[in-house]
Amino acid sequence: MDELRNKVKALLEAKTVNVVIGYEEGTGKKPRAVFAVKPEDAAKLIYDSRCVLNLAAYITKHEVKAKGKMAITATLPVMRSIIQLASEFQVNDNNLFVIGLTPDNQVIEFKNLAEVETFIHKFEISIDSKYKEALEKLDKMSRTDRWNWWINELAPCFKCYACRAACPMCYCHRCTVDFNQPQWIPVPSHELGNLEWHIMRAVHLTGRCIDCDACANACPLGIPINLLNKRLLEDAKKHFGGYQPMLKGDHLMSTFKPDDKENFIR
Amino acid sequence: MSDFEPRIVAFVCNWCTYAGADLTGTSRIKYASNVRIVRFPCTGRIDYMLLLKAFDEGADGIIVSGCHPNDCHYTSGNFHARRRWIMFRELCDLMGIDINRIQFSWVSAAEGSKWADVVNTTVTKIRELGPYTEYKKVANWPVKEVING
Repeated sequence: MDELRNKVKALLEAKTVNVVIGYEEGTGKKPRAVFAVKPEDAAKLIYDSRCVLNLAAYITKHEVKAKGKMAITATLPVMRSIIQLASEFQVNDNNLFVIGLTPDNQVIEFKNLAEVETFIHKFEISIDSKYKEALEKLDKMSRTDRWNWWINELAPCFKCYACRAACPMCYCHRCTVDFNQPQWIPVPSHELGNLEWHIMRAVHLTGRCIDCDACANACPLGIPINLLNKRLLEDAKKHFGGYQPMLKGDHLMSTFKPDDKENFIR
Repeated sequence: MSDFEPRIVAFVCNWCTYAGADLTGTSRIKYASNVRIVRFPCTGRIDYMLLLKAFDEGADGIIVSGCHPNDCHYTSGNFHARRRWIMFRELCDLMGIDINRIQFSWVSAAEGSKWADVVNTTVTKIRELGPYTEYKKVANWPVKEVING
């Protein structure tokens, strides 16, 4: 912890960056994001296993961008998000400095995003066995049961869009749900709108989701919406050999192979 | 359910299947009249939201059809679409949406008889499955009329 604080302090004192995004102690023992702008703010920073919020969601927000060059204390999922954002031209080396918090509790200062990329490629994106079991259980149900299960599970959703706000990949200035001419997704808390919103969210994150669970953690009603993303992650592996965020190269859904296999088109 | 007539929406590409369906007509091949054809510039343009909206609006089945691989007018639209369908189908399956009601196919401009066959078999299949009441129940809600004017 001291190592991290000292590094952040040094960065802010040397004015290498104007703001450092990190975790601080929040209410209810839930860490929250802190934006350190003064060297003394560095003392607020914490890092432990409770820090599951994906801080990469903040780097595309214009309030944070307006501060100029930023640094971010990044766990592995955050680093993955950063590389994905960089590949979508949302951040670059000139405006972001990454302080890596590795799974084995080391603090690494990365010189550039290419180094971050090399680091994240050491770890494969894999789904927790807990979720694998949940998906298998769903697969065993009949289709009608699955439908009812989801309708029931999504019923409490009132579309607060906390899942969207928590997701670093949902950075569009105008989201499809915000459109009302035509109204693609009905706004009221109703089965149809809920269903369509969650399908839409999952589809838009296909091949981009890096499995950080920020959406499910952000959901105030505890709806397991990350199951959808996890299934698509598994399917990407099954059909197209999986993916990793990469600085250069094609995204899963913006490319194709002439010999992609399917068995349902006649 | 003998008097049930399925309502089917077909999303087709302008260059292959639409022309193919045209050929079916000019060749005087008779096929089921349950299908409403919607013409798109390319299968790559067919958004998954349109499929969901078709179910919302009361479709019992959907046909999505375009050029065979390597025949796309825009070189790669159908390849992109294929990837999207593969993933979308898996997602629908997880959500419990009846993927048997969505028929994907490649029909070229020369395959007039194949188009008739695709439509006929889909209609038969949907007739067996019956009306898509599950989705209609969810989609049929009072505020809808207000929102859609």
